[in-house]
Amino acid sequence: MKKLLGIVMSAVMIMSIAGCGKTASGTAQAGVLVMATNAEFPPYEYHEGSQIVGIDAEIAAAIAEKMGCELQIEDIAFDSIIPEVSSGKADMGMAGMTVTEDRKTNVDFSDTYAIARQVVIVKEDSGITSLDDLEGLTIGVQQGTTGDIYASEEFGDDHIERYAKGMEAVQALSQGKVDAVIIDNEPARVFVSENEGLVILDEAYADEEYAIAVKKGNTELLNQINAALSELKADGTLDAIVAKYISAE
Amino acid sequence: MFEDFKQQLILNFVTEDRWRYLANGLLVTLKLTFFAVLLGLVIGFTIAIIRNIYDNTGKLKILNFLCNVYLTIIRGTPVVVQLMIIYFVIFGSVRIDKALTAILAFGINSGAYQAEIFRSGIQSIPRGQMEAGRSLGFSYFRTMVYVIMPQAVKNVIPTLLNELITLLKETSVAGYIALEDLTKGGDIIRSRTYSAFLPLIAVALIYLVMVLILERIVKLIERRLNKNDKR
Repeated sequence: MKKLLGIVMSAVMIMSIAGCGKTASGTAQAGVLVMATNAEFPPYEYHEGSQIVGIDAEIAAAIAEKMGCELQIEDIAFDSIIPEVSSGKADMGMAGMTVTEDRKTNVDFSDTYAIARQVVIVKEDSGITSLDDLEGLTIGVQQGTTGDIYASEEFGDDHIERYAKGMEAVQALSQGKVDAVIIDNEPARVFVSENEGLVILDEAYADEEYAIAVKKGNTELLNQINAALSELKADGTLDAIVAKYISAE
Repeated sequence: MFEDFKQQLILNFVTEDRWRYLANGLLVTLKLTFFAVLLGLVIGFTIAIIRNIYDNTGKLKILNFLCNVYLTIIRGTPVVVQLMIIYFVIFGSVRIDKALTAILAFGINSGAYQAEIFRSGIQSIPRGQMEAGRSLGFSYFRTMVYVIMPQAVKNVIPTLLNELITLLKETSVAGYIALEDLTKGGDIIRSRTYSAFLPLIAVALIYLVMVLILERIVKLIERRLNKNDKR
């Protein structure tokens, strides 16, 4: 009897550490790690040719490799990522997503893999030089991002214009439809370098931490992701991926 | 189960007065629909008249051609693309009221469909009536105004109201230009609470109720119009 119990126990243990490729892994479909993202957010994730590339995409690929899974990336609206993850359609959400209390009630977050700041983009000739100048102006944001949530709270709904994509908010800024755009630092730098006449304010709007979202209670997958992340941090892969996309200041 | 539902209700609609996104959005949706349908009415009526004049008399050749181009383009492309073209391309470098942009886009779009509705209304009146009017010494316009139009308009009122219902639902793409209509209102709640079910169902229900009310009105008007029809 004891022997049998031992066999069963070890079988359970093997299955639980085996990860992808076995039916008992934390992913919904064996062997496949489905990542939900919104590929409109360079340099974290964006379309290049027929592929989705970027920091998140590469880190995810490295995690999937460590887990022995095949990575499958789904491009959906940013505000649909958490519902997708919590309903189990995707195994993890990775989209330059900041850890917030609200989001924590809906999903579990992995360890932080990147630090980001929310910055303000304005027109060069706008005369806006500090955060104080934003009071009473119209601010463009990407709907559902932390920039949207913080700014809505601080400046009021009437002063916020929520675009589906960061690119559209920036386009509205260049066209003079909004006075400023609050968005994450890295995409902001890409947007500014590709659009004439835009600058980022020196003063950051907020600092925050990016993490990977998984379904609430799926500790098995979460542990696998965290283990992979810490390995990637330790061997320098993480820094190398970030450095590849973001040139040091 | 019920406690859960109640909590979700509170989270989605009560916390931080989130219901306001729906209420304000509903007002925007109604405003868009109302003014767009009016604009469409003016455009549609004008175009129908121009095309009818061309069909009957061969005059206004250039105007008729332009109308055909307009109809082809507007009916051949999705309204959401037209909306974005107007906002990001035509008004590319000006700060313009978004509601006005949307009214223009939806009005211009609806105008194309209303033009066809009016034209079919005019064509539903037998040619003999125009000939009779002309032979009695009425000019083309007088026959139009006194004989054809009163009957044509009556015939198309139900179809026009259906166009209004369609338009009401079509305005749901207004969110593409960051205009906060009813659908966008639900989306904003969704982006705050991360729950899909209640915000979407609430939005759907509000549209449904509005459409049901409009349909009821259409029925009433239809019955009223048919009263003295001995068909």
